[in-house]
Amino acid sequence: MNVTQIFISCDSAAVALGADVIVEKINAESKSRGIDVKVNRNSTRGMFWLEPLVEVQTSSGRVAYGPIQSADVSDLFDCGFLEGHSHIKYLGLTEQIPYLAKQQRLTFSRMGVTKPLSILDYKSHGGFLGLKKALQNGSEFILKELLDSGLRGRGGAAFPAGVKWKTVQQTEGEQKFVVCNADEGDSGTYSDRMTMEGDPYMLIEGMVIAGLAVHATRGYIYIRSEYLQAITVMQKALQLATESGFLGENILDSGKSFFIEIRKAAGSYVCGEETAMLESIEGKRGVVRAKPPLPAIRGLFGCPTVINNVITLASVPLIIANGADYYKNFGMGRSKGTLPFQLAGNVKYAGLVETAFGLSLRQLIYDFGGGSRSGRPIKAVQVGGPLGAYIPESQWDAPLEYETYAAMGAVLGHGGIVVHDDTVDMSKMARYAMEFCSIESCGKCTPCRIGSTRGVEVIDRIINNQERDQQIELLRDLCNTMVNGSLCAMGSMTPYPVLSALNHYSADFTSD
Amino acid sequence: MQNITIPQLISKYEKIPGGLMPLLHAIQDELGYIPNDVVPNIALGLNLSRAEVHGVITYYHFFRTTPPGKHVIQVCRAEACQACGAEELLSVLESSLNCKRNQTRYDEKITLEAVYCLGLCATSPAVQIDNKLYANVTTEKLKDLFGELEINP
Repeated sequence: MNVTQIFISCDSAAVALGADVIVEKINAESKSRGIDVKVNRNSTRGMFWLEPLVEVQTSSGRVAYGPIQSADVSDLFDCGFLEGHSHIKYLGLTEQIPYLAKQQRLTFSRMGVTKPLSILDYKSHGGFLGLKKALQNGSEFILKELLDSGLRGRGGAAFPAGVKWKTVQQTEGEQKFVVCNADEGDSGTYSDRMTMEGDPYMLIEGMVIAGLAVHATRGYIYIRSEYLQAITVMQKALQLATESGFLGENILDSGKSFFIEIRKAAGSYVCGEETAMLESIEGKRGVVRAKPPLPAIRGLFGCPTVINNVITLASVPLIIANGADYYKNFGMGRSKGTLPFQLAGNVKYAGLVETAFGLSLRQLIYDFGGGSRSGRPIKAVQVGGPLGAYIPESQWDAPLEYETYAAMGAVLGHGGIVVHDDTVDMSKMARYAMEFCSIESCGKCTPCRIGSTRGVEVIDRIINNQERDQQIELLRDLCNTMVNGSLCAMGSMTPYPVLSALNHYSADFTSD
Repeated sequence: MQNITIPQLISKYEKIPGGLMPLLHAIQDELGYIPNDVVPNIALGLNLSRAEVHGVITYYHFFRTTPPGKHVIQVCRAEACQACGAEELLSVLESSLNCKRNQTRYDEKITLEAVYCLGLCATSPAVQIDNKLYANVTTEKLKDLFGELEINP
């Protein structure tokens, strides 16, 4: 008889909720009962309210139970979970859980299914097909597919990836670089972390394809220091990919080479800005560079450089393997493909929702998210990280796509969705946005460095009702200066959460 | 110990392009912080000015120039954690541990830090204690943890 296969995630969120303890408990329980089971540690499905999620392989597919506490384990055995029998935590076939079934998982198709470091798992689920096709067809083919796919930067700025790559390809240079921005500092976002911890070869494959497209032979992954597990997994993945011939010298006997090095960040949010990140990789203070020159022309160590976010690069293998037409069939308008939205904060079913662009925020936070975790009415939703606007209920039906959000004075950013219930005081959130900017500003340009400090002071006076009307005028004027006068998004976008809070929740800005 | 380790580390990273950041990480991994007296040696080894090295160390929040407490408790206070009570959690910790945020307690047993995003935004609030992550944290849960880790209020 075959040994029953059990699957429990090793994602750091699952572990933070006790997944390791459940693994120990299941192993001990099966041993004492004399039953042979094999516990596999795979990536997470991204349904975090169900973690630790325990899945069992049955003849009809994987059956899920969750969230499992250690007290549940012996009960699971008693109920016959190894045969997929019912239990109070029984969730049915994992793939049929509506939260997952309603998604369009393209980039995250392997998430929760495969073991992160298993090259065999990766290959048997479509891995390295894009790389093989890229090696066979060469640079022009890759660039054409990427341009046609309409893929835009998933880090926040939404710049067409194909245009960026083409610029680097056409720029002369002895040495060119591919830099992956894995400095995922936005609150409410964790898709980069999930990718690096759960499907690292996808990122490696995307970077190698980028190298082939622009004729670069070296790449860096700049990972935030808070992501210890991501760094460990990526390091191991680089080693294993190199040993298997997918990275390093003479990739798959093609004569092409590509080397990747990991650089650990050091807790500076602004280093998520591409030029500050380059400075940091060069070993300097992470201070923003003035543009032009664009990094595509003069980037890392003065060389032409492709800089993309983790999800952008991770989307590439699928696009190359399945073709641009396949990918651009998803989405709407100029927002092609899918975005892994990340539901976070005060929401009942928080987790990763990959869908095509175009669904509404209301669908996302209610149909997927199930409303607030506290059970209270939802008051505000911040979309796109700390520099994203707070979206009031009147705008929750707008389609989530780049142009609609831009027209609303908002951004999709990296797809982070942070939900706040009605206990939130929006004047405090506005103050926090300015405070965060003052802590994280690199200090190079005045509107950001000084404006953020003045912003905190002005909001304090508004809250305390000191010359309120005049101070509100002053705050708007200050925000205008920051928007138009800052060097990078840190200063120019901090006004997004501030002004959206002020405009849509003005009642919170009075003391009475 | 410093006399042996630091020069070895410097020689390991001095030839790597942009080697200062990995070197500083390596020193902090080794000693728990970056003492001021290693700055001249780093500057010499990497052909930088002392001001440049000092500038980098003090620019990044992650690098410490003083030893941390025995236990480092990091509480995330980014928006997703705030939406689920992180501010209250941090305030309760400050008073119960008798240690203000971003400070090390007088007995050097505890360093309490506010951090901005641990990547556990779907299971907030999140706390990291001595590099181990905890999700859906409540004050009760922390009390139990402190007991296990022998962290005395």
